[in-house]
Amino acid sequence: MEQLIAVVIDGIIYSAWLFVAAVGLTLIYGVMKIVNVAHGSFYALGAYAAASITGVLLAHGMPPYWSYATLLGSAVLVTVIVAPLIERGILRFMYDKDEVVILLITYALFLIFEDVIKLIWGVNPYFVAEPYGLLGSFDIGDLTYPYYNLILVGVAIISGTGLYWMLNHTRTGKLLVAVIHDTEVSRAMGINVDRFYVATFAFGSLLAAIGGAYTAPTISVVPGLGVDVIVLSFAVVVIGGLGSLPGAALGAVIVGLVRSAAIHYLPQAELFVIYLVMAMVLAFRPRGLFSLAEARKI
Amino acid sequence: MRRDRTPQTLVLILAAILAAAPFAPQWTVFLLTVAIAKGLVVLGLMILLRCGLVSFGQALYYCIGAYAAGMLGRLFQVSDVFTLMLAGMAVAAVAGFVLGFLLARYRSIFFGLLSLAISMILYGLLIKSETLGSSDGFNILPSTLLGVRPPDNWVRYLVLAAAAVLAFVAALLVHRYLKTPLGRLAPAIKDNEIRVEYMGASARNAIHVKYVIAAALAGLGGGLAATTVGHIDPDMAYWTTSGEFIFITILAGTGSVIAPFLGALVFGVIQSIAFDVSPNTWQMVLGSSLLVVILFLPSGLWSLFTRRKAS
Repeated sequence: MEQLIAVVIDGIIYSAWLFVAAVGLTLIYGVMKIVNVAHGSFYALGAYAAASITGVLLAHGMPPYWSYATLLGSAVLVTVIVAPLIERGILRFMYDKDEVVILLITYALFLIFEDVIKLIWGVNPYFVAEPYGLLGSFDIGDLTYPYYNLILVGVAIISGTGLYWMLNHTRTGKLLVAVIHDTEVSRAMGINVDRFYVATFAFGSLLAAIGGAYTAPTISVVPGLGVDVIVLSFAVVVIGGLGSLPGAALGAVIVGLVRSAAIHYLPQAELFVIYLVMAMVLAFRPRGLFSLAEARKI
Repeated sequence: MRRDRTPQTLVLILAAILAAAPFAPQWTVFLLTVAIAKGLVVLGLMILLRCGLVSFGQALYYCIGAYAAGMLGRLFQVSDVFTLMLAGMAVAAVAGFVLGFLLARYRSIFFGLLSLAISMILYGLLIKSETLGSSDGFNILPSTLLGVRPPDNWVRYLVLAAAAVLAFVAALLVHRYLKTPLGRLAPAIKDNEIRVEYMGASARNAIHVKYVIAAALAGLGGGLAATTVGHIDPDMAYWTTSGEFIFITILAGTGSVIAPFLGALVFGVIQSIAFDVSPNTWQMVLGSSLLVVILFLPSGLWSLFTRRKAS
């Protein structure tokens, strides 16, 4: 029984992390039809920015509780600088190309980012453990969990419901849905499609960066951080259906629970079950669990 | 129409490699052998790319070929270069045949994602299987040729020679294949699959055949890589390995069966030089060259040759 509880709690925490890391990918695909390999790079950028900026500020006597805000601030800062640069500077010239070609371009960007990160931050690991230990921990049965893990769950819930509300209940969201359906007609109706593309790309990347920023205190930030995240995010969004927001949530929960169950009951299967689920979903419902036949995405 | 000189060119290249390699430094021989191994995988990817399919999991067959070769050495003490390569090819072809029933139904991004998922399954299995050395992999027996263990300073050359001969045969066969009706179907499938079906050809069967050929070539390359490098590990199935193969495919272009080997060699040279000159920016160099190729040479390096001849 206790193990089952542990499976569920670990699963939820892991799902939250997966959702934050992956939801931007589905958003960007849904609006712009870009399968963005460079998404993992934004995760890594967020983690590096958060670890270095927060670390420096803490060393200069910033009250430790502010670090939760600076983690977020660093993610925003790095995305605001980098994402529009990538979208306006490179990606916007590629929209008439094939989906697969755009994927290759983002792969090239990913390779470039790997080294840009090394050039900026060097190859030594960064640690910023203070925010992790600061909140203490709580017990469930014999198991101890740091309160910090709840922050990520909170971020996941806020970003998920926020996105959902924005898309369905605001003017911007409705305009965005129009852009998703038909860019040409939207443009003819006077919607500034380019601005929506920049904003979507920046916001999707920001979510990845936030995922990285709030993960940074729990790990040592080292080169190659984004490599695993990319392929895990792919698994999550493919299971739910590329471009579907509830799909990304469902995919994150499935992958999170499956993996945490595997870790507790069958550790050898930890990695391969995730991709087994992904392959099964692709085999039986290639467009993902949450897809209606060619209906509107997101 | 210009006469097709590909077979003659291939013979010349093979002769040049066999004649020049004994005098070349050991590291260039190694570089060339690895380039041939990767070139074989890319040759298969080129066949798929000609009908518009990009596999993000070709490392699956590369890894299967390498592990098949490795297991042969482990269980039966086989170390003959030809046997290892052909065994890798056979096992990969069988795997490709079985998986082909599933994958031949998929197109565009879904084909890529499903092949990615399957290669990651193999990675997940290998990294947790302790009998196969989990994440460390294991070493391969030193190569022999037709049952004889050559003197140490000749091993690399003989492995290269064996690889070059097999790659020569493979390239020639693929060149022939591309000229058969089934081979010529590829651009048609890329253009318009429905019309292909109306003409009475089965796109799915054609893709299945191409998929098996590509798998076999990747297995051949994997077997060669195993015996050349002398070590195999699960990273051979990881998505970044597949990414590297895709990279070379795009770099090379689909213009000729020689292009994949040229692309693999150029890739190897760029990688070695960039890694040597500045170890922290070699990926940046690779990424930038990929961008440049996609933007300015959409048909790959090979189009440099054909363009010059046309003018």
